[in-house]
Amino acid sequence: MRTLKFLLRKEFRQIFRNKSLLPVIFVMPIIQLLIMPLAADYEVKNINISIVDHDHSPYSQKLISKIIASGYFRLSDYSNSFNQAFEQIEKDNSDLVLEIPKDFERNLIRENTQQLYIAVNAINGTKANLGGAYLNRLIQDYNADIRTEWIQPQRYNASPTIQIASSNWFNTYLNYSFFMVPGILAFLVTMVGAYMCSLNIVKEKEVGTIEQINVTPIKKHHFILGKLIPFWVIGMFVFSVGLFGVGRLVYGIVPIGSMGSLYAFLSLYLIALLGLGLLISTYSDTQQQAMSIAFFFMMIFLLMSGLFTSIDSMPEWAKVIAQLNPVTYFIEVMRMVVLKGSGFSDIKYHFLIICGFAIFFNGWAILNYKKTS
Amino acid sequence: MKQFLTFVRKEFYHVFRDSKTMLMLFGLPIAQITLFGFALTNEIKDSKIVICDYAKDEASQQITYKLAASNNFSIEESLLSHQQIEEAFKAGKIKLAVVFPVNFTYDLLHLNTAQVQLIADAADPNTGSTLTTYATSIIRDYQQDVLQSKSLPLSITTEIRMLYNPELKGVTNFVPGVMALVLMLVCVLMTSVSIVKEKEMGTMEVLLVSPFNPFLVILSKAVPYFALSLINLSVILLLSVFLLDMPINGSVVLLFAESSLLIVTSLALGLLISNSTASQQTAMLLSLMGLLVPTMLFTGFMFPLENMPMPLQVIANLVPAKWYYIIVKSIMIKGLGFSSIWKETLILVGMTTFLLVVSFKKFKIRLG
Repeated sequence: MRTLKFLLRKEFRQIFRNKSLLPVIFVMPIIQLLIMPLAADYEVKNINISIVDHDHSPYSQKLISKIIASGYFRLSDYSNSFNQAFEQIEKDNSDLVLEIPKDFERNLIRENTQQLYIAVNAINGTKANLGGAYLNRLIQDYNADIRTEWIQPQRYNASPTIQIASSNWFNTYLNYSFFMVPGILAFLVTMVGAYMCSLNIVKEKEVGTIEQINVTPIKKHHFILGKLIPFWVIGMFVFSVGLFGVGRLVYGIVPIGSMGSLYAFLSLYLIALLGLGLLISTYSDTQQQAMSIAFFFMMIFLLMSGLFTSIDSMPEWAKVIAQLNPVTYFIEVMRMVVLKGSGFSDIKYHFLIICGFAIFFNGWAILNYKKTS
Repeated sequence: MKQFLTFVRKEFYHVFRDSKTMLMLFGLPIAQITLFGFALTNEIKDSKIVICDYAKDEASQQITYKLAASNNFSIEESLLSHQQIEEAFKAGKIKLAVVFPVNFTYDLLHLNTAQVQLIADAADPNTGSTLTTYATSIIRDYQQDVLQSKSLPLSITTEIRMLYNPELKGVTNFVPGVMALVLMLVCVLMTSVSIVKEKEMGTMEVLLVSPFNPFLVILSKAVPYFALSLINLSVILLLSVFLLDMPINGSVVLLFAESSLLIVTSLALGLLISNSTASQQTAMLLSLMGLLVPTMLFTGFMFPLENMPMPLQVIANLVPAKWYYIIVKSIMIKGLGFSSIWKETLILVGMTTFLLVVSFKKFKIRLG
């Protein structure tokens, strides 16, 4: 116990002495948490539209002003021909072209039907799809307006209509940062924990000070505990600052679930994560190697964690990878507890799985760590 | 010249000797292309939904079948009451609940109006609102069927064409982004770390006191990473053409020329970082946190740039990868020539010159 106390004192001193590392541990995550949710906004808005109006009639004008007034679209230009508008798409000045053919108004009224042409820049498939759908909906609305202008409305519903009432639970105002902040915080804690832990041990290897520790009577588990506990504390601290400082004060996110189960999960998760860092460090001899391995896994963990894209949409083999990724579970738990108020019974399987990860990573790392080479 | 080649060979040895670093150099691009190509998509497929059907009659059954048939949804279970919906949401997996009231068909056919309730788990606002839109359009389709498509007067129809990417695949957007990311990663991170490592180990001193020109020492460090980046680039392009069926519509030569430009920019950045830091840890964290995260955020391949607040859009202009991303998209996907990307190229050239000048100014041939 006394040995451990001395080791811990040494580690904390080394961490707090390093003036270039401290801001990276404490300030970087906070800055990223402030910037990333602002940047990570998938909501499709501000779609730039080029309009080619061959008709120049009151009806086409009305349609155009309806589209611009909707707020989804930003008029980039009026072009005289489709080719001119297409150039705007090539230059990335506009995302969408609406072409109103000649005699739009006349044909609509005389022949009862008229077609409009829409061309969408589909390099970003999601945006194209939604942009097209929004525009279509606006045109249908406009169409309904025109119909009521020309046709006497009937007293009662002549045709069967289904009314759809939709409601959004847990995030009524569809605030995207509510969704992103807990996930990003989970990932930042993961980054700081895994990197710092693996680099710290490898540095002792590279500089040679680990030899000095190895020749002392310090036990293997003392050394490992001495390395893990400081980063566990730092992880807890960064998380709390992120959740209560940034999340609560800046984004106004009030966790509605039980803090007890969230912190219980976090402490288990950090043990698993630091085990992973330890494991990486036992396999590498230089900091460059440790960084390469850690970065490789972190990148895959990040992409496969469901932070940015939904896991449900992945093919089966990718779902398996996502399930082997500890970050997935932490992000899920964060979102469930913070946003939906899920209780312990809802996340008990997550607890079991993360326990498994903790035992697996730490067990493997301890087996692989040798005092003598 | 012979001396220079010897130095370049030394650097190659350093790189190839370390199998774990090679994993990152070559494994990462391949893993990223595979994941982005096959696993990651912004589309919403197979979302789990629950049906709470109080009516259990013809119309509600038919709508349920229609929802089940769509590949956006997979129906998890049928619930008996409203209370169960909240439990299902809290347990995690369910994204949308559809509620049919009693007498649904009867109301629809006799009163000509009936209500359906859609409850979305808007903890993820995008998925929530997209699923609501999908379900709404499926129910509208059903309504059209009931109406037996009586043609309405004065109808405006629309014809939508999807340019460049008619199947709306996600990869078209991702591949140019991954290219930018990998080139930045390999060049900036690896160069800076490998130079700082020599400083930290003390071997830099040995090199500097040798009769060899110190600038060539640095240059010989950059050559292997330049070569490796070109190999990486070819691998990415081959994978995306043959594995992901992504065509290269423009000129391959131009693509390589522009990529070489970005590689030089990144090498200059790596040089600058290594000249300003003394320890590997700092160099790494600076490159990782200070460069990679901005590269991912501000190129615009993961998140639309135009949604960001103004200050961030201004910052994004300082990220070289943003301009490269525009260039690659124009060449690969739109098939445009040099005349339409000269502005972006000029910006990259300007950045490179600036970085090179600053880092050579900061480069000291004396230590300490």
